[in-house]
This record gives sequence, structure tokens and C-alpha cells, in this order.
Amino acid sequence: MGPSRRHDVVVIGGGVVGITLARALSRYQLDIVVLERDAEVGFGVSKANSGIIHSGIHADPKTMKGQLEWPGNEGWLRLRDDLGFGFAQVGELLVALSDGELRTVEHLHDQGERKGVPGLQRWDVDRIRKHQPNLSRDIIAALWAPTAGVINPYEAVLLIADNAAANGVEIATEQPVIAIDPPDPHEPDGPLTVRTPTRTLVTRYVVNAAGLRADEVARMAGVGTFTITGRKGEEYLLDKRLAGLVTSVIFPCPTPTSKGTLVIPTFDGTIMVGPTAEATDDKDDTATTPEGAQAVFAAARRLVPVISQRDVIAEFAGVRAVAEGDDFILGPTARRGFINAAGIQSPGLTAAPAIADHLVEVLRDEGLELRERSDWRRRAEHPVRFSVLSTQEQEELAAQQPDFAKLVCRCELVTKAEVLDAIDRGARTLDGVKFRTRAGMGRCQGGFCTWGCLELLAERRGIPITEVTKRGGASWILRDREDAHAAPTPGS
Amino acid sequence: MPITGHPRHLQDGYDVVVVGTGPAGMAAALGARDQGADRILLVDRDADPGGILLQCIHSGFGLHAFDEEITGPEYAQRYLEQVLEHDIDVLTDAYVMDISPERRIKLMSPTVGITGLDARSVVLATGARERTRGAIHIPGDRPSGVMTAGLAQRMVNLDGYLPGRRVAILGSGDIGLIMARRLALEGVEVVGVFELLPHPSGLMRNVVQCLDDFGIPLHLSTTVVGIHGRHRLERVTVAPVDDDLEPLLARSWDLDVDTLLLSIGLIPDAELARELGVLFDPVTGGPVVSGIMETSLPGVFASGNVVHVNDLADWVSRESRVAGEWAGALASGARRPAEDVRLIPGDNVAYVVPHTISRDGTHTVSFRVRQPIYAPTLLRVGEVHQRKVRAVVPAEMVTLKLAPQMLEGWTGAVLRIDAVPAEAVVR
Repeated sequence: MGPSRRHDVVVIGGGVVGITLARALSRYQLDIVVLERDAEVGFGVSKANSGIIHSGIHADPKTMKGQLEWPGNEGWLRLRDDLGFGFAQVGELLVALSDGELRTVEHLHDQGERKGVPGLQRWDVDRIRKHQPNLSRDIIAALWAPTAGVINPYEAVLLIADNAAANGVEIATEQPVIAIDPPDPHEPDGPLTVRTPTRTLVTRYVVNAAGLRADEVARMAGVGTFTITGRKGEEYLLDKRLAGLVTSVIFPCPTPTSKGTLVIPTFDGTIMVGPTAEATDDKDDTATTPEGAQAVFAAARRLVPVISQRDVIAEFAGVRAVAEGDDFILGPTARRGFINAAGIQSPGLTAAPAIADHLVEVLRDEGLELRERSDWRRRAEHPVRFSVLSTQEQEELAAQQPDFAKLVCRCELVTKAEVLDAIDRGARTLDGVKFRTRAGMGRCQGGFCTWGCLELLAERRGIPITEVTKRGGASWILRDREDAHAAPTPGS
Repeated sequence: MPITGHPRHLQDGYDVVVVGTGPAGMAAALGARDQGADRILLVDRDADPGGILLQCIHSGFGLHAFDEEITGPEYAQRYLEQVLEHDIDVLTDAYVMDISPERRIKLMSPTVGITGLDARSVVLATGARERTRGAIHIPGDRPSGVMTAGLAQRMVNLDGYLPGRRVAILGSGDIGLIMARRLALEGVEVVGVFELLPHPSGLMRNVVQCLDDFGIPLHLSTTVVGIHGRHRLERVTVAPVDDDLEPLLARSWDLDVDTLLLSIGLIPDAELARELGVLFDPVTGGPVVSGIMETSLPGVFASGNVVHVNDLADWVSRESRVAGEWAGALASGARRPAEDVRLIPGDNVAYVVPHTISRDGTHTVSFRVRQPIYAPTLLRVGEVHQRKVRAVVPAEMVTLKLAPQMLEGWTGAVLRIDAVPAEAVVR
């Protein structure tokens, strides 16, 4: 397919960085496309992480990470005000268990104050015990940072994406970039041509927010000046009955490669422990391991002794995109119009709104004309979440629209109308519906609702039910009967 | 009255409302009619009445209820015909959102929206749900192709699709065994059934008819320790376990499969009962019930798999008939019997249902043993009754009938149920 129009900005990567940037750019009169290789936006690193918006104290202010961490935290507050996703500033408690760690606590306290992070306090043992009675008695002091918060990262990314789309950004999924054409020798500073298996896009600017594959994308553009390596983190969600075990995010003192294993009161109210930090050669390796579980629980018990592996109800792993030098790579390159947003590892989620603002300025410096639109919609139209409505609201909706009275997922009380709306907003897969509506996240883990969601996906998208996948690619769910006798090739 | 989107007595209320239309719900509704209840409503969240019976297209149903062997859908149909003959209202596609302790029921359906109705008696017949991967913590990837056996059964039997081409089954519960055979009949390669325990979890007849007859191996004391596949399942790692059920990873091996079915047990789907705050039995995971299948909240009954997981639909219907009869009788003004005898699990008994009985009624008592005894076994009910059986296994529920004459002259308050090797008993 040939190019049908010339775009202003093509953002490669529909993770939190690419989506937040696209939304930031959507307030201007621009033609913006986001290309996402997966079937759903935000399904890479953005989904599988600790869901923490950091207080702002952690990263060294001499680095890009350090410069964007605290503004990012403030940016999330503004995004929340605009879009209304869940973000609770539960605060963090960074604890010391030894005199050596005490010095780290003091250092981070100083660093935070220098960065302008408000509300920092040194807590003694009595204060710690009063606020967090379940912490280890070996803790000798702690740094309290009230600005830290927890979010549902996928909920936030999806709402930001919805808002970007409502403002005219095209978000194209299942569009892996396979080539960026070399510059035209007659017009070396001319537009860039980006190719996917099914599309060719001509654009004035490309922002490389391709996460774990940002190095490959940069190489395609002829500016492969860095490599990205994977650093895996495993996370373990604990049974709901442990809700309240801690009420703030509990941090150990950091190590050179990681902030350590945390005990997190997630936005949903469950307790999560993790992550690990293991270098991996395989950027798609999101398997949990017995060793990872052991490491997480040993580290978590050091902070909260009653935590037990027996309480695990769900587990996942994500892979951080780590660039050489351990810092973000943000800015223009030798290829005119090609801008990097690479190496976005922790505190990448926290910094994302500030990264977006920074990149908008970079684009302006690079000559992108930013004319504000008069019709920009700052606020998102929220999907209805039936389960949290008042009885009266539920009754009214059900009376007006029978699809709101048709139950699809009984554990999370999700109705047919919500599933259809999720599909209309861009959910293409079973996991896409699940993460947008919560259908399948409850006690029975999809035992009841999977079939209903499959049928609605097939019907609404106009595809055979055998083509509906769990999360795109080869993650097929069922086969036609006739296929049983085809050559058995597992995994194909 | 046919199956309807508009039940007749929503405004003025029902004598008995039964939640669920599987083998429990329909039997309970008929029981209520027998006892003279006038207005009876059956509610189901699915589009068709019958519950899980509809996807159980294998035979093995009805041997006790109808004296002949029929399939699940036939079993459902026979009950449904009686329900309709008896002019019982059936509302499908309807979800019971909430029940108040005063038995005001809030339900939602596309035809009535969200509405409240009152019931003199309520029977919870909501069945059980399957345990999932989350309940057993298998490390590895999270690809598609890992699902409960029941979901696969639904896909195959109700919708005509297959879950995959090469299948391993974790857990030897009855649904897993039946699906092994079902998929083998469809031409799917079933590489084996893997059971953590040293004995099968399903009925012996299913091990023989579903695995042995199809040459499908059953690996006891073996479990799945790894799941591999980024998109679709590609491989599982299985390993034998030691006496403490800990996997022996050095002896693990891999299987190339695109599907892993989980048949690792059922748990009562008792959320409505839980929200009502009735007493629960921690062993069954279901509500505590009296000899008339009443929960600790007067007027709220429960029966079938929502109380304890049964082996056979026929048992579910038998027990639910009792629940329905008393739900109907109480709604019509009868008095509940005085129950002052507690039944408690004793040696080698995991649980007993019901939890209390009256002295003057006839009761069917159901229980499961903890450990198998492959030898003559004495089943003892306190000092009042005992029976010898050839063997007992946890997979097969045991039932005993207690008649009033057995309790004549006995003045105790607690009957302990034991299941012990017969030769160990000193006479």
C-alpha cells in the first residue's frame, strides 16, 4: 500500500512513553500516528511493572532520569486531573536495616530535598511502628516520602490512548516497523519513510519510543548508536485478605542496578511484592521462575516478615529496557527528524509525562510547528464501570440499555455493554478486553466469561471466533474441528 | 408457564426463588412444588436452563434419578419438562446481584432490567467453579492454551471448537478425565493426565472408561512445574513429586503440547451465601447446612455443589429435592424440625453434610474420606450405626442413611463419623 498522506509525527511504540507523547502532541494541529507492534497498546513494559509513581527522590539529578523523575510525578497528577484514572499518593517508606543503609537513607533524603521533593521526613522506629506495624523489627530508621503513589499502569495508558485517539491521533496496532528508508540523496533532510508489513508512512518526524526494540529501530534509521539490554523483573500478587498489610510502598535501600524488592499496596488494594532485577538476553522473556520467586520472597520477608509465598494468587514478569550508561536517551540524532526516546527504564513510568513534555520541546527545537487547536479535548470520556456505580445509576442504565443488564463476567460484575465499548475503544484481544473491563480478572479467572468475551470480540470485529487471540500474534485460543487432523505442530 | 423473560409475580413476590437451574435448582423447584408452594421462580444467569449439564454430553447421568443411563442434556431436559409441567416460572439470562437477609432479591436481566423481588424461601443452587492456574502457582510464561477442563468442555461440546491439537491434562478430576476421552474421540492427541497425588481424584469408572480404554497414560505423583510459550503454549515441564508433594526437578521432562487443561478441583460457587454472611464449613468451602439443607440464615437454603462438591448429578438432585421440599413447606407455613444433633467428621473423614440433623427425620448423610483405604472399611456413625464397605477413596463421596429408629434411646448431642479399616476395629 502506498502512502496516502504525509504525517507530521510517527511515534514508534505504543507504550506509556509513546502514548503520553502522542496525547501531549494532540493538542496541536498535527497529523500523528502511533505504530504499535503488539495487538494492544501498553502491553509491553508499560503493563508489566510495579505500578509505582516514584516520590522523586531516587534518581541522581545529574542524569536525565534524575531531571525528569520529579517533574514526571507532578505530571501524573495533572494527567489524573485531566483523565481521572486511579492514582493514589500512598507515600513511600524507604527503610534502613543497618548503619550502612542509614547513610543511604540520609543521602537520598538530601538528594530529594535538593530536587525539591516536598514533605520528606526522617522517621524513627516508633513512628515507623505506629504507621506500619507489620514491618520488620530489624528496621532502625526510614525516610518518608509522601509524594510516591500507585497506579494501574495499563488503565492509565489505555485512558491516555483513548484521549489521544479522541483528539485525532491514529493508533495503529499490529504494526511492527520493519524498515525506515535511507535518506533521499537529493533531499537528505527530507521526510522519513517508515514501513510496516502492511503500511508505508511518510512523515516529517519519527519518535523512537520502541522500548526494548528502540536500538533496532534506531539502526533502521541509520543511527544505531546504542544497544538496549533487557533486565527482567518478576512480581507476585498476594491474596486479597492481606490487603492493608502495608499502606505505603515499602522500599529497601537501593542497589546499583535496582531499587530493590518492594512491598507494594497496589491501587486495587492487593499487596504485590517484587521486582527482581535479572539481566536477560531474551527481551521477550516474561516467564516467572522458582528462583525469582525465592529471591522476591526472601527480600520481601526482610521488610515484612509475615509475607509468605503461599499467599501468591498471580504472578508476572516484565523486562526493563536498559541502555548503556543506565540513563534515558532523549533527543535528536544525526538523522534529521529522527528523535530517540530510548532506554526508558525505572523511573520511566514516573517520568513519562515529563519525557513527553521534554520531547515536545525537542520537536519544537527541531522545527516542528506547534499551533494549538481550539477543539482539543483535555478530558477523556470514561468507559462506564458498572460495578462501581450506585444502585440507582445501575438501575437507570439497565433500564435504558438492555446490554447493561446482561452480565458477562460475574466475578467483577462486567456487563455486555462494557465489553462492547472496550472493543469499540480498540480492544482487539481477550486480554485487551480483560485489561480494559476487568472481565476475567476475578476469582474464576475467566472460567465463566471467556466464552462470552470471545463471542463478542468475534461478532463486533466481524471475524471468525477462531481468529480471536489472547493477546495477538500466535496466541490463538481455539481451533475449528477440522484442524485437529492437520499436522500437529505445537506452537505454530 | 414457559421459560420467560417476564416472570409473573415480580411485583407481589414468590414463595420460593431458586438460584441456578442445574441438577440442584430444578430438583429443588420440583421439591418445593411437591410441598405445596404456589409461586416458584427458577433463575439462571445463562441463556438456557440446565447449568453445566448442558455441556456434559457424555452418559453416566440418571442411573439413580431415572434408573437408566442418559446424558447430561437429557437429564436436564427431563427435569425441565417436569418444571414446565408444574407451572414453575423460569427466568434465564438473569443474574442475582444480591440477596438481603430478609430475602429480598436483586436481579438483573436484559428483559426486566434491575429489579427487586421478595421470596419467602430462597434456595441457593449455584453449583461450583473450577480451580485455576492461580490457585496452584505454576512458574513460567502465560501463553494462551492453558485453561480449565470445563471451559474446554464448553468449547467442544456446546460450540464445536477444539482447544488445541496436542493436549496434556493436569489433575485427574472427573472433568479432566472425561475431556481426555472427549478430545481423543475428536482426533486430538492427549499425551497424558498428570496427578499430583498418589491416587486419582476422579471416579474409578472414569479412569477406566476415559483413560485406560483409550490408551491415555495416567501419571500419578507427577505435576506440571513449568509452562513455556510466548504466545501460544509450546511446551510444559512435568516432574514427579516426593512424599511431601515437592517436585523432584532433577527428574523432570518436557512435553511438546499446545494445550494444558486444568482439572484440579472444584470449589463451591458460594458468593451469594458468603455475602449473606451465613456460616461456612472451611473444609467444603460451602455453607453449613441443617438436615433440611437450610443455611444458618432462616429461610435461605443451599444444596448441591454450592454446599459440597458431589460426584454425581443424581446425588445433587436428591439432596436438592430435600432443600426444595423444606423451602416450600416453610413458605407454606410449616414449622422446621427441631435439630439438636450435630454431625462431625471423625477418623479419616474430611467433612460431613448436613452439619446437623433432627432425631425424628430420615437423613442422607454425605461425606468424603481423607485417605484411601483399599480394604474393607467400617463406616461408623457415633455409637448408633455402622456399615461395612469394600473400600473407600477420597474421590468417591460416601452416603449413609440415618433413620429415626437408629437414634431411638440415644440421648447424645454429637455424632462422630469415622471411616476406618474394618480389621483394626476391636470388637
